[in-house]
Amino acid sequence: MVVSTKNGLKVWQRRDRKYQLISWAVLLIGTAIFVWCWQEISRSTTWAFFWDAPRIAADIGSRAMPPRWEYIFTLWEPLWDTLNIATLGTILALMMAVPVAFAAARNTTPSAYFIRPVALLIIVSTRSINSLIWALLLVKIIGPGVMAGLIAIAIRSIGFCAKLLYEAIEEIDEKQVEAIEATGAGRWQIMVYGILPQIMPALAGISVFRWDINLRESTVLGLVGAGGIGLQLQGSLNTLAWPQVSLILLVILAAVLVSEWVSAKVRGAII
Amino acid sequence: MLRLNKLTKIYKTGDKALNAVDLEVPKGQVLALIGPSGAGKSTLIRCINRLVEPTSGAVVLGDVDLTRLGSRRLRRERRRMGMIFQEYALVERLTVMENVLSGRLGYVGLFRSVFRQFPQKDVDEAFRLLDRVGLAHMADKRADELSGGQRQRIGICRALIQNPALLLVDEPTASLDPKTSRQIMRLITELCLERELAAIVNIHDVALAQMFVQRIVGLERGGIVFDGPPSDLTEDVLTRIYGEEDWSETIQKLDVEEDAA
Repeated sequence: MVVSTKNGLKVWQRRDRKYQLISWAVLLIGTAIFVWCWQEISRSTTWAFFWDAPRIAADIGSRAMPPRWEYIFTLWEPLWDTLNIATLGTILALMMAVPVAFAAARNTTPSAYFIRPVALLIIVSTRSINSLIWALLLVKIIGPGVMAGLIAIAIRSIGFCAKLLYEAIEEIDEKQVEAIEATGAGRWQIMVYGILPQIMPALAGISVFRWDINLRESTVLGLVGAGGIGLQLQGSLNTLAWPQVSLILLVILAAVLVSEWVSAKVRGAII
Repeated sequence: MLRLNKLTKIYKTGDKALNAVDLEVPKGQVLALIGPSGAGKSTLIRCINRLVEPTSGAVVLGDVDLTRLGSRRLRRERRRMGMIFQEYALVERLTVMENVLSGRLGYVGLFRSVFRQFPQKDVDEAFRLLDRVGLAHMADKRADELSGGQRQRIGICRALIQNPALLLVDEPTASLDPKTSRQIMRLITELCLERELAAIVNIHDVALAQMFVQRIVGLERGGIVFDGPPSDLTEDVLTRIYGEEDWSETIQKLDVEEDAA
């Protein structure tokens, strides 16, 4: 027991003896697994390469410096593509995520037994596959280019947006909805007057947040041929054009910083 | 005007919230519904406009049995019943004006309501009502910027702009301070008098109820145990409604207040 009596005093411990033993045992087993993993990894590591790594890194670093600044003129267009993939992808995702979210939220779903499971399945399945993998698939299906990247980003974002949004819908104040219902409002009017105003801040926050994430993700989509700046990155890596690689990395860093700034501004304005 | 006929509500959990309640409210009468928590006061009010589906019995408004209506007809009939809530239930992120005009949603089409294109006469009426409750200058504020008493006034405007025949009022003063409570109760009873509205007011505060209404109905465990004028509300009656307690204070306090007034 947690509370026991010893010599007439009431003694309190956080855990009783059984749980104390269990927690020590778990700690012991955890440590053993960690040590074993460490040994496995070091056995399968080629140590010659590992100790060589700093020299190679320094070598590549020296070749990559200075960045090839004039290459920026070929980067503007793919950068614009990347921005479009992220923005249009997010908009496309939101258009699909909003109805899915309403179908998935317990308090707004038209049918808890048929439609809600379908909506949840859409959320889980689109969320569980990385956009890079969606892009790999889509490049095969609709051919390489911006469109494949755009759709990959959109699909990957549906689940993310719909999940956060349906949680927001489930947390609304039902009283406000009830009050609108009591006026004799129709189903869609209740949606527009009772529910929408309550989830607006969440909706705005989610879209900006996802746009921010999508901008980062779309910079790598080119690696699999789905358009954008990643395509240039892959080309430069393959031809060992290190000064170009370093410039691309700088450009990506700048783009992400800008998106970070924009989304912080927008979120601040809404909330 | 409103007649409840053997109205019964049994919740899915098996709780019998209302037990064959018979009640008749004539035009223009303000009625206070008192009773302990869980007696079924809220359920009774919500069964009338079917925010809660009654299990059996009839709710007759005018000559329409509300319990038999399909959803479209029900929405039409809901326009004749304005509802006022305990925690005001204003849509917090909409403006005062939008909240008041939302009382007209039953009359205005979806397209017009989405784009806030309410008929000018609705807007005129909204301004008139806001002026009547003394909040015309707040029309452009967001609902969450208002104080409790102000919000309840907006809630009253929203109910009245429906042009109802009946007001369903659920604990209008439970979240308000004593002074504001009286002001709100006075406002509700005055407006009912002006417009010849019937009203059912759920209320915890017995003294406050006695002060403002013509008829008091006591509800206990889903059944009516008292129905009469405030003056008939004796210690015995209160014991029957709420159970054993020293009630002399509650009633005495009222006498003192009446003398003062």
